[in-house]
Amino acid sequence: MSTDEILPEVFLTYYRRLYPFKSLFNWLNHSHQPSRLFTHREFAFTLPGDIYLRYHSFNDADDLKKEVCKLNPERFEIGPVYNAKPKDKKTMRKTALTPLQRELVFDIDMTDYDPVRLCCAKADICTRCWAFISAAVKVLHRALQEEFGFKHLMWVYSGRRGIHCWISDKDAMELTDGQRKAIVGFLTVIPGSAKGKISVRLGSRALPPSLQDALDTLKDRFMSLIINDQDLFIHKHAWESLLEHIPSSSASELRDIWSKDVAKDSADKWEDIRAQAIKSGKSGSQQRAAMQAAMEDIILQYTYPRLDAEVSKHRNHLLKAPFCIHPKTGRVCVPIDPETIDDFDPEKVPTVQQLLDELDSAASMGGEGEGGRAEHHSDWERTSLKPYVDMLDKFTTGLMNEVRREKRAADTTW
Amino acid sequence: MRALWLAFCDFTPFTRLIMERHRKPILDSTSHTSTVVEPHTAYPYRLNFYDKPPLYEVTLEEFETAALDRLRVLAEIESSAARNRTWEETKKVTETQCKKVLPLNSNTATSTDRHAERRRDHLGHFVLRLAFCRSEDLRRRFVKSETTLFRVRYDTDDTREKDAFLQSRAFNWTLVSAEEKEQYKRQLIAANQHSRDKVDERWLANEPFLKVRWTSVPDLVEKRRVFLKGGYAYVPSKERLSILLEEFQNNLAQALEMTSRSIPNLDEDSRLLPILNNLSHGFIAGVPSEWSGGSGEAAGDEIKADMIDSLAPAHFPLCMRIMHESLRKDRHIKHYGRLNYGVFLKVLGLSIEEALVFWRKSFSKFTDDEFTKRYKYNIRHSFGLEGKRQNYPAKSCQQLLTTDTPEYGCPYRHFSPENLQTALLSSYASQGLTVADLPEIMHHVKEQHYHVACTRVFEITHAKQGVQKGAGIGDGEHVTHPNEYAKRSMELSRPKTEESDKMAVD
Ligand SMILES: [Zn+2]
Repeated sequence: MSTDEILPEVFLTYYRRLYPFKSLFNWLNHSHQPSRLFTHREFAFTLPGDIYLRYHSFNDADDLKKEVCKLNPERFEIGPVYNAKPKDKKTMRKTALTPLQRELVFDIDMTDYDPVRLCCAKADICTRCWAFISAAVKVLHRALQEEFGFKHLMWVYSGRRGIHCWISDKDAMELTDGQRKAIVGFLTVIPGSAKGKISVRLGSRALPPSLQDALDTLKDRFMSLIINDQDLFIHKHAWESLLEHIPSSSASELRDIWSKDVAKDSADKWEDIRAQAIKSGKSGSQQRAAMQAAMEDIILQYTYPRLDAEVSKHRNHLLKAPFCIHPKTGRVCVPIDPETIDDFDPEKVPTVQQLLDELDSAASMGGEGEGGRAEHHSDWERTSLKPYVDMLDKFTTGLMNEVRREKRAADTTW
Repeated sequence: MRALWLAFCDFTPFTRLIMERHRKPILDSTSHTSTVVEPHTAYPYRLNFYDKPPLYEVTLEEFETAALDRLRVLAEIESSAARNRTWEETKKVTETQCKKVLPLNSNTATSTDRHAERRRDHLGHFVLRLAFCRSEDLRRRFVKSETTLFRVRYDTDDTREKDAFLQSRAFNWTLVSAEEKEQYKRQLIAANQHSRDKVDERWLANEPFLKVRWTSVPDLVEKRRVFLKGGYAYVPSKERLSILLEEFQNNLAQALEMTSRSIPNLDEDSRLLPILNNLSHGFIAGVPSEWSGGSGEAAGDEIKADMIDSLAPAHFPLCMRIMHESLRKDRHIKHYGRLNYGVFLKVLGLSIEEALVFWRKSFSKFTDDEFTKRYKYNIRHSFGLEGKRQNYPAKSCQQLLTTDTPEYGCPYRHFSPENLQTALLSSYASQGLTVADLPEIMHHVKEQHYHVACTRVFEITHAKQGVQKGAGIGDGEHVTHPNEYAKRSMELSRPKTEESDKMAVD
């Protein structure tokens, strides 16, 4: 499906009848009564023809819905909570509008994985490469919860080839740009150029605890994904870059073996490396430790999450709202449960056309007549969008409960 | 002065000050002008987080000098960063500079007036807050250099006093219990393997750990140099400086923003504004104050008119060399050029008699009569012998950088990159400057660190005299005045024995 197949009317009907504005409002607002978290929040719209409108803000869910239906954008994005309403920007001093709060967000895009996948390239994605994304989610989800102590992480499929994470904890909302940059640094292992070799420890000393934990998660994934599924080291240029991690004497021996026997697949080669490690020295020797460290580094290099750092570093970065439609694929940007992410199949995510069809058939089944109820808020309940909206609502309930608990605790301290 | 400090309190209107320059204390018009008696316990520690504004009265002179001296130190710190000095180098340069203009001794030093030093430190800091709160860029730079200054002082502080200071402030840290250390033994050891020291169980047992919110140590987090658990960072006590610096800079950044919001009211006071503007301009030019030797008195030994042709290529900074060369080439130089170059030579040690000889010879295309009529008066004037009898000081780099007549200003700033590089090579190739040096110099120029570029040229062209990279014009200081440049260069060329003789006489 390509852009010209999604007609403006399709977008409009989706916004009118299916888009869960109320759920979105609750999620951003952390309570039912409109607060600054919503009213001072920036929304930006992308209209057909690459028209980009910034600094919109709204009083409540209905206000937002009205404007979305009026502008009928291809998508809309969510920005920070400012010190004033962004829509008043024009009447303010030039530098007066400053971002105060913002969900901590992360963006993983499959294109950053091109150096380590053979099944697809660029914008394409298949279930085989989704395994990279799910590995990344597992590592990040654990680190953000265990290490940084965040509780409210929502993962959202970007509609095509990536995934976003939104963290709504109060602590996360209030992070400065400097602190966001620090988290990104902590969670970045592969150097920016993507070709660069990782450097995560002094010599062959122990890995920092966060990476040791990541390694424990990624070990099996490396074997199944890189070695068996992608068979990444079949080509010479690929195994040459693999050898860059290995101490030079062992590397040259391996190079000799692999140059002679070109038929060896990645599993054979990994076995050869293992054998070299054992051969290199006694257990506990420096040579053995260096080989062990090299193998660990390789696993991290090929499977550790690759973040789009710029998205996370700045409070005023805008990110596509959940439940928008991807204009190229027509798929909805739906929330994903990180527990079951391995079973997630991007191809099975409902498309906007499919949802509208479901709506039509539900109407013709003789349920409520379509006529006067065209803008009913809960029309999504009768489509396959329902489980995804339920997931967002459940997430928001957890968030709101905590906000209420904190408020009560604060009240009693007075 | 009291009301001024109210600008540091949120949203408090600033009331008009009544004061008389250099004489009376600055008072405010409201009723609470009683003198605040400061107990000597006002500054129990050398280190200061500057939580409390100075609530005492000060004279305008104190106000200005405390700030200017501090600014000298901060400008040097900024330049150190611009030149990628190592931490040890920066520390040394800053310490030297501090000893000169902003001494701050620890409690063990009994001979000095610690209270006066600390009061000055306190005052200067807060005056500069006023000067630097007014733009985002200035705020950022001020926070950065102040944080470095704090770090230098922390590093050089007396251990006992440092510990006492740390205990005096409620930092949000708790000591990690032995049980918890045991529980996370593996992680704590693994998280600290980045240091060269041997990090093992024995180390762990002896190293106290502090637990803080991870947001208190973003720099350690960013580099994965700390164990994190549930949003808390386990920081070995040797790294506690990170916590301190983070808190110091966050507090200061916040305070500056608050001050900037209440400062519009400060514009009412026409006497403070020029001082504050002058201070912030000084920071931008990297030049905090007049060169101390540039007061108008000849600083060096006497110089004869016929020595200048040989002194210029050997010892003058680029601005003055260009002046000299165009004077030789055109046998003339316009009014402002004459004025700038003339006072430079005067301060270098050219007497009025010698100056008249020099200029007479230089303007060889004029007759004696023309010269007397048109130029003699001006030359005598610049020596304070005519007119208002003001003895003009030599222009500082700051003045040359911000001059209205850029053709006689700082070539590093006012020349096009091509012309500058040509001028550098033609002026200094004979003293060892090569094409390979240009990228570094031009990089400083591009970053608008003109004084750093000039200092680097000094270092390159005085390498033969043993001046190393980073040494600047002595003690790592940067060029802030053309006369300083020339004087130092001439000192370096003097034979060593003469130098020690001179000192013995002194
Ligand atoms: Zn694929």
